[in-house]
Amino acid sequence: MPLKVSIPTALRQFADGQNTVELAGENVGQVLHQLGDRFPQLQHHLFTDDGDVRNFVNVFVNDDNIRDCKQLDTPLCDGDEVTIVPAVAGGGPRPN
Amino acid sequence: MALLHLRPDDDAAIRAHGVRAYPHECCGFLLGCDEDAARRIVQALPATNIRGEEELHNRFTISPEAFMQADKAARAQSVDILGFYHSHPNAPARPSAYDLEHAWPVYSYVIIAVEAGQPAQMTCWVLKDDRSEFDEYPILIKDM
Repeated sequence: MPLKVSIPTALRQFADGQNTVELAGENVGQVLHQLGDRFPQLQHHLFTDDGDVRNFVNVFVNDDNIRDCKQLDTPLCDGDEVTIVPAVAGGGPRPN
Repeated sequence: MALLHLRPDDDAAIRAHGVRAYPHECCGFLLGCDEDAARRIVQALPATNIRGEEELHNRFTISPEAFMQADKAARAQSVDILGFYHSHPNAPARPSAYDLEHAWPVYSYVIIAVEAGQPAQMTCWVLKDDRSEFDEYPILIKDM
């Protein structure tokens, strides 16, 4: 089932500059691993060595965070949109 | 990217957000497009700092749900999320070790220092590819 994966600006350099990639798969894990196979440099930024999605990376299926669903087993339907969302954080120095 | 091009309205909005949030950190998105000479920001979009109350004075986090909403807003204008802004209350407008640890490549990180409740220096930084430090970029405040 064809669907679109959106790649954030920060990671496009590892995906030949593309902002979206058309892939197919029955769940999020299949699609993300295909993405990693197609763009090996991206794999390292998406997954830990244990195969889990990195803490600093969120994945949405349409408007739903997969952490609130079935994680990598979250099922996909024809036409779903998978979006990779970088965690955004920072802050000033610790006071002395 | 040679410099960050901000509209005067967005420059004022970021400074005002820093003052409103003081003594806490404010944060938000920078939506725009890359051009040959500059990274042109068409909208500074405020976000909610979702850190716990005891950390709000020197930490910020933007929720992934807010990122999704900002991404939709960017696409509606045919632009991208190209960076983020946040304030450093009572601290210099220079990236901290914590900023460095949590930064992503490519994005512009704008920092507004807020001293005693008043906006001070604003700076712009982009993470080096090797993650060792940030490069600073000038900010051009000018109508588009």
